[in-house]
Amino acid sequence: MSDIIKTEHLTFSYPPDEGKEPVQALKGVDLTIEKGCFTVILGHNGSGKSTLAKHMNAVLLPEGGTVWVDGMDTRDESLLLEIRRRVGMVFQNPDNQIVANVVEEDVAFGPENLGVPTEEIRRRVDAALRAVGMEEFCLHAPHHLSGGQKQRIAIAGVIAMEPACIVLDESTAMLDPMGRREVLDTVRRLNREKGITIALITHHMDEAAMADRVVVMDSGRVVMDGPPRKILVRLEELRAIGLDAPHTVELLHGLREDGLDVPLDALSVTECAGAIAQALQS
Amino acid sequence: MLKDITLGQFFPGNSLAHRLDPRTKIVLTLLYIVALFCAKWFVSYGLVAAVLLIAVKISGVAPRALVKGLKPILFIICFTAVLNLLYTPGEPLVSFWIFTITREGVQTAFFMILRIVMLIMGTFLLTYTTSPIALTDGLETLLGPLKKIRVPVHELAMIMSIALRFIPTLIEETDKIMSAQKARGADFETGNILQRARALVPILVPLFISAFRRADELAVAMECRCYHGGQGRTKLRVLRCEARDYLVLLAYCLMLAGVLVLARFGL
Repeated sequence: MSDIIKTEHLTFSYPPDEGKEPVQALKGVDLTIEKGCFTVILGHNGSGKSTLAKHMNAVLLPEGGTVWVDGMDTRDESLLLEIRRRVGMVFQNPDNQIVANVVEEDVAFGPENLGVPTEEIRRRVDAALRAVGMEEFCLHAPHHLSGGQKQRIAIAGVIAMEPACIVLDESTAMLDPMGRREVLDTVRRLNREKGITIALITHHMDEAAMADRVVVMDSGRVVMDGPPRKILVRLEELRAIGLDAPHTVELLHGLREDGLDVPLDALSVTECAGAIAQALQS
Repeated sequence: MLKDITLGQFFPGNSLAHRLDPRTKIVLTLLYIVALFCAKWFVSYGLVAAVLLIAVKISGVAPRALVKGLKPILFIICFTAVLNLLYTPGEPLVSFWIFTITREGVQTAFFMILRIVMLIMGTFLLTYTTSPIALTDGLETLLGPLKKIRVPVHELAMIMSIALRFIPTLIEETDKIMSAQKARGADFETGNILQRARALVPILVPLFISAFRRADELAVAMECRCYHGGQGRTKLRVLRCEARDYLVLLAYCLMLAGVLVLARFGL
């Protein structure tokens, strides 16, 4: 089986506030995430993207429909630990997911819970810290680290469980641009070098540009799904659901309207600059 | 300003006192306290004091740090001393107004001061040389047998270490909330005690709300990392008693035996 996460007609509603109608956060989501793929899930606030993420390792259980993680139904409680070991989750606030007051102890938390033997924990902790480039901080106190570093520790804590997939639920939202860069570079490297499947939930369009696949959500449904070059250029549709296209696409779109012959799908800044230079020369 | 507060004063180091197993150190401290309370006269106190001095010397902790630890309990020391001085019956030395100071009173007061001071110094030596995590780990294993009578030892240890982990985070948050409230004109520095206490309410309310939210998120994050209680849990750091632990334990047992014998002869 090459799908790590598969949802079928997934629906979910949060318990309503008193005297109000329940709001359905997911209205039938069919989504398949393949092993080794870097998927970005986009959507503005209230689109259901975080709710979807929380279904990917059984933090929330489906109200209707089914979620399979590596072939395991998330509603089967006996498989809970195995599901959470396969799919690790990194959250938004780095402070609220670090458990221990020494970096290496925190990274060891997951394997300790799984009952991994001590020597093996040591090996995994060292390997995980190396993978996120934080090995020199292994004896530091987490509250002395920057936001990006804390988030990398959180990622290391997940890697130490040796998961097949990491879900990042708006993990870059609270970080400054430097911290975001650090986290994104780390995640991308893990995806390329270790073949870990990544599902990155975000509302930053530029983060979507580096994905293999972009899934756009709006009011509980998947509205667009495809490679970034196909999705991020659909300017009007994105605007209609409260998202902005990347700045590069905005610029190229404006130039095209003014009659310059440039392609729309030059997503990165270098690509965009190259495309404009070429158009100006010809 | 609040950031300067440190809790569980721990001075990192690599002395023998630092390298001992935390369990050993907890037991040693208990033995030391028992010996201290069994001591009767100069000779037995001297023996305990000698052990304390050697331990301080080995630990490399600055004696000044130990003395500084006495400051907060200065009042208690004076209070006990005065009470013992005035209310011990015996052979009167001085007598004025309704008070009589007895020879026995002077003695008891003196030994009481000595006892409290040495008690504080000895226990501080434990927290100075043992990191909070090691201390929690040590307590968890030492109290392990209590699990049989359903005392939630693992859970208590987990609560303690998470509390330690969140102290700096919450202090930082308090700082932020204070600045935010000051920016809106809150006044924490003037007024009588009642007014100042009331001024703290707009700090405590948001602090508590955010602490609850944090607790909620942390619980989900812990579950996501497969936390399911202490069952079948392994450890990155395994506590190991080595020869040196047993040797030091033996030394302390000898001290206790010595004190008991000396006290028996009233020394």
